[in-house]
This record gives sequence, structure tokens and C-alpha cells, in this order.
Amino acid sequence: MKLTLKIWRQKNADAKGKFVTYDFDGASPDMSFLEMLDALNTKLIKARIDPVAFDHDCREGICGACGMYINGHPHGPGKAITTCHLSMREFKDGDTIYVEPWRAKAFPVVKDLIVDRTAFDKIQIAGGFISTNVGSAPDSHALPVEKSKADEAFNSAVCIGCGACVAACKNASAMLFVSAKIAQFALLPQGRIEAKERVQAMVKKMDELGFGNCSNTGACEAECPKEISLVNIARLNREFYCAKVSP
Amino acid sequence: MDKFLGSCVTKKLVMAIAGLFLILFLLVHLGINFLLLIDDPVPFNSAAHFMSNNVVVKVFEIFLIAGFLIHIIWGIILQVQNWLARPARYKKTAFSQTSFFSKYMIYLGIIIGVFLFIHFMNFYFVKLGWVEGDHENFYGMVNDLFQLPLYIVIYLVSFLFLAFHLHHAFQSAFQTLGLNHNKYTPVIKGIGLIYSIVVPLGFSIIPIVIYFFK
Ligand code: HEM
Ligand code: SF4
Ligand code: FES
Repeated sequence: MKLTLKIWRQKNADAKGKFVTYDFDGASPDMSFLEMLDALNTKLIKARIDPVAFDHDCREGICGACGMYINGHPHGPGKAITTCHLSMREFKDGDTIYVEPWRAKAFPVVKDLIVDRTAFDKIQIAGGFISTNVGSAPDSHALPVEKSKADEAFNSAVCIGCGACVAACKNASAMLFVSAKIAQFALLPQGRIEAKERVQAMVKKMDELGFGNCSNTGACEAECPKEISLVNIARLNREFYCAKVSP
Repeated sequence: MDKFLGSCVTKKLVMAIAGLFLILFLLVHLGINFLLLIDDPVPFNSAAHFMSNNVVVKVFEIFLIAGFLIHIIWGIILQVQNWLARPARYKKTAFSQTSFFSKYMIYLGIIIGVFLFIHFMNFYFVKLGWVEGDHENFYGMVNDLFQLPLYIVIYLVSFLFLAFHLHHAFQSAFQTLGLNHNKYTPVIKGIGLIYSIVVPLGFSIIPIVIYFFK
């Protein structure tokens, strides 16, 4: 495949970045998008050019490390997949592909396509946990949980914290991520105990970190690789109001 | 500022409640406007008179003005924060499956705001005595204004943009209130679609009827 890659290159957090165009013919339709970038980097290294820096780890869609804005979509075209799962079959020979880092005030660029997502960790540290001792796996099975609630909590818990929701949102809002982290606990008896403090602390932290407000646009839901739904955001809102009204 | 206005969730709640209040008020306003279609000026003028003199309505009016101001001010604050949250823009953007008009709410809102200003200059400020005019004969004033093609065009365009604004706004307000339900949300979206078409259309028919048929 012959591709024209327009990739955001930025030396470090303080440098002024720019798009660099690479005419690259070393891709094949069997490659994943990251393998294509690996091939490009091999070529760059051989030519003694600094390779393109990008985040990745599991390469099987579960860690949330990979993430870039490809041709106007976080994680590229294709529904419910991460960048590592994106196949080069989605592109045609001769395509021009824009590759950009997540853009948000709360996610500053570290280098090239790598952004600093510590903001998500800070939100989690503010309340995304439970402090009760729930024992080991058999113990938690002793606590009956309604099937529908367990399923819903699980659907929220599949969020991998990749940040595509922030990248997709016109306001760089983190509401989808935070709402998934709220909902996965709010639906379970172990999580209910601290539910009220949790929602207030996490929303407060999210605001402090400079994420935008939610406009209920739904770009996050459309682009989320794990199909986290806006229903979570409505739940967060409800949890928040209830916590405020009866703390 | 956030100390006073609260979290992002609180700000959206305030905005949504104010917006829903305006949505209710529009229905009342439309009901009164339909009296303009009657040839006799008395029903409309007495309705207008009632609206400006009744004590209950006077209290309601305070809420209404506050509703407009709060909705507009909060909307602008939220929008500015949203712009600040993404200082560097993307080079290449594409459309994902979203609530289309939600991306343009501020621009739609500003156009509606400009219309509101003209509208207040023509009627509300006249009633308050800030601008000259015969506030006992709004029926005559409306009929005069709706002889001006330019005025009619501005009027119709404003309501078209209001329709776009409401298409996102109606269902969005319920989501903000925390109401999202597999069964009922499609119903809310349906009602929102009907409201955002029927109400602006209702307002728009009046100048057309007056211009062409009276
Ligand atoms: C009759 C007039 C209006 C009505 C009935 C109305 C109604 C609404 C409603 C119900 C919402 C949804 C709130 C939510 O998502 O929770 C909304 C959103 C919005 N309105 Fe209005 N509105 C009106 C006029 C205006 C004006 C004059 C402006 C500003 C200049 C404005 C700016 C906005 C903005 C920016 C949003 C989006 C807020 C966000 O999602 O972050 N609106 N409107
Ligand atoms: S909600 Fe979806 S898009 Fe956002 S961080 Fe979680 S998995 Fe990624
Ligand atoms: S590398 Fe782990 S999700 Fe893509």
C-alpha cells in the first residue's frame, strides 16, 4: 500500500509541533495500524530520523494505552475498536491519513502522539475506588446482586480509560469516562457505601483539571471503543443531585 | 467563579431548568399569539392587557426574565469554558453519530438572543415605558410590523433557528436532569421533535397569514 501520512511531530511538551508528511509504501492491508507505524519507524530509524513516538501496550484492546486521532476520529474509522485493533484494510491504496494526538487542555502532549493522561488517574484517586474490605472472590459471591444490575455495572466497568471520549468531545469533557467509573460502583452494594462522597469528589476533581462541560452531544458514545453509553452520564447526574440534596 | 456557580453538573442543571421553563412559556405565548388571527383586536389586546397587569402574571414575569437571563448567561459561561478546554484544535475533523445541532447551540442561541432584543424593543420595553409606543394596542402594532417584508424574514429565520435550538435542547434537558431510560427516552425525543417543529411553525404561520390574507 502507498500512503501519505501526515503525522503530528512535537519534540517535547514545550516545543511547537507541526505536521510532517511521510510518503510511505511499506504498509500492507494485513497490518494493524500500529504495525504500520512500527514499519514506518523502522524505516525512519534506518534513515537516522527520530521515530514517531506513540503509546501502546497490550495491542489487544484492553489496556487503553494506544490512542490517536486518525482522520478525524479517535481510534480511527471503525466502530468500537481501539487503535491497536484498527486494521489497515480500513484504508485504500493512495489514501492520505492524518494522525494527531488527543487534543485537550487536560491532556498535554508529551511527545508526538503521546499525551499525558495523568488527569484520569487523578480523578480515580479522588474517589474511583471502594475502601470496604470485600474479601476474596468467593466472599463477594455471598452477596446477592440482581442480574440486571450486575450486567449494567459490568458494561460500565469495561471502560479502559483510553480518553477517546475526551478526544471526541467538542468540549473535551471527561463526563463519559467519569460516569462509567461512577456507575460501575453505584450499581453494586459494595460501591453504594461511599457513593455520595465518590460522585462529588470525582466531579470536583474533573472540573479542577480543566475538562469541559457536557453538552449531551454524544460524540463520546459514538467513538468509545467499549461502547460506554450516555445512560451512564444521566446516572452520574442523578447520583450527583441525590448526593447534594441528601449528603 | 465556580465557587459560586458550582460544578459543571450544577451549572447544566440550572441551565436546563431555565430552558425547560422557557419551553413551557413559549406554549403560553403561542396560545396568545393565535388571537392575532382573529379580525377583532379586542381578544388579543385584552390578553396582552391581562398579561401586563395581573398580579400573578407579574410574579411569573420576574421568573421569566430571570429564566432568560440565567439561561443566556450560564450558556455563555459554559461555552467559554468548553472552548478553553480545547486550546489546540484538530486539523482534520469528521462527523460522528451525534446530536447534530448540539454543536451549534451557542450560535443558534446568539441569533435567538438578537431576535429577543428586537422583540423586547418592539413590545416589552414599550410596555415598561422605556420605548415609545401604544402599549394598549399591541394588535395594531403587530399588524403594522407584519406589513414589512424584511421584518417578516427576520422573524421567520429566527424561528427556524429556534427550531434547531430546541431540537437538541428539549431532549438534552432531560438527560441533564438525569432522566435517561430505555423505554421513555425515545418518547421524550419524539415529543421534543414534535415540539421543535410545531411551536416554531405555529409562530411562523401568523405573519404569513397577516401579510397575505389580511
Ligand atoms: C426561547 C428561547 C430559548 C429556549 C426555550 C432554550 C432552551 C434550551 C434548553 C432546554 C437547553 C438544553 C439545556 C441542557 O442541555 O440541559 C438549551 C441549551 C442551550 N441554550 Fe438555549 N434556549 C433559548 C434561548 C437561548 C439563547 C438566547 C441562548 C444564548 C445566547 C441560548 C444558549 C444555549 C446554549 C449555549 C445551550 C447549550 C448548553 C450546553 O449544552 O452546554 N439559548 N436551550
Ligand atoms: S468511556 Fe470509552 S472512550 Fe472514554 S475512556 Fe472509557 S473506554 Fe475510553
Ligand atoms: S495497546 Fe492496549 S488497548 Fe491498544
